[in-house]
Amino acid sequence: MVMKVYGPVRAACPQRVLACLLEKGVEFEVVHVDLDSGEHKRPDFLLRHFIFLQEPFGQVPVIEDGDFRLFESRAIIRYIAVKYEEQGPNLLGKSLEEKAVVDQWLEVEAHNFNELVFTMVMQLVILPRMCEQGDLALVDACERKLEKVFDVYEQRLSKSRYLAGDSFTLADLSHLPATRYLVNEAGMRHLVVERKSVNAWWEDISNRAAWKKVMELAS
Amino acid sequence: MATPVKVYGPPMSTAVSRVLACLLEKDVNFQLIPVDMSKGEHKKPDYLKIQPFGQVPSFQDESISLFESRAICRYVLEKYANQGNKRLYSTNPLEKASIEQWVEAEGQSFNPPSSALVFQLAFAPRMKLKQDMGVIKQSEEKLNKVLDVYEQRLGESRFLAGDEFTLADLSHLPNTQYLVSVTDKGEMFTKRKNVGRWWSEISGRDSWKKVVDLQKPQPPKSA
Repeated sequence: MVMKVYGPVRAACPQRVLACLLEKGVEFEVVHVDLDSGEHKRPDFLLRHFIFLQEPFGQVPVIEDGDFRLFESRAIIRYIAVKYEEQGPNLLGKSLEEKAVVDQWLEVEAHNFNELVFTMVMQLVILPRMCEQGDLALVDACERKLEKVFDVYEQRLSKSRYLAGDSFTLADLSHLPATRYLVNEAGMRHLVVERKSVNAWWEDISNRAAWKKVMELAS
Repeated sequence: MATPVKVYGPPMSTAVSRVLACLLEKDVNFQLIPVDMSKGEHKKPDYLKIQPFGQVPSFQDESISLFESRAICRYVLEKYANQGNKRLYSTNPLEKASIEQWVEAEGQSFNPPSSALVFQLAFAPRMKLKQDMGVIKQSEEKLNKVLDVYEQRLGESRFLAGDEFTLADLSHLPNTQYLVSVTDKGEMFTKRKNVGRWWSEISGRDSWKKVVDLQKPQPPKSA
């Protein structure tokens, strides 16, 4: 049975999961959910796709792997990377120590990076699309914090080709969706291109075949 | 006897206490190394070498130097899988994934609003910083929605990921402890029947009581 991924392909969190599935060469089916319509929170939708009763926060993505259901994109990518450890590139690291370093940088993305980028994208892109005023002071504050985060990344990536070491792992993959929004729609490309090692890393990871396929699916 | 692992940071930090809870559950000997944040020690070059974001905790043992409390916890659980509480994590991939799902829920949905409330209500007064009423109100609203989800979940299941206390529940201890014991927001937890029951159970564990003790101002060591 093919793994089902519930969510709109344009949203960042489902893209994180799709990138992982494509990297590992795992077959999947996308069940599109229209977040804007609030369809995924309506009772009749919930009855038709009762999987959402399993996603208590009413967020996407959710995966359905046979009878097993899982939410939270970073838990899902860990699950996929472990289940399909023997196929495709090793996204986890090999030794206990390598795996811990991958996990560390995945946590950095989740806690030091994601919220800043999400806030900026919300204020610069999403609210204006809904004809609402974004908070530019908030954007400014986030940008300054993000500059410091990227300075740390620059230091790290000047010593190491990828965040956790010599190979592309979940830690790098997890950055793809939000960084893409940041450098494109949010107009913050300078944060990346002004830093030599960060720029080289971004060029590398955003040109991976799997990520390009995600972009095709989202177009 | 194994060399104690090193944990850098003050025990009153929520992230540091998350790691301590895990080490105590696993009977892993540790040495707590103070980092005086009021003096900016965490932003000095020596500390930045081990934690480049200038945050606590960081962790060292004979094999590795690591940061991010949840990554440290997972490493400890894997490395010391055969000692202490063996049910905090799982070797069964589906069980493990379910635990991870709720650890992520803690990190992504529970932590932001609860952490903001802890800062505004517990730490800002101590640091003589002005409280932001807007942030407090917004965070309380978000946290209430999250706790509604938890109330439903904990009506179906004794702990978040199933019948056993796991990393998923442990991860919630630090922020909740502050909210329940030093702020007026404890009711958010205790007024909800299932969340209240769960909180009582997880905070009553010996390991957590030891962490709470460590968080109390320590008497000066005698010469």
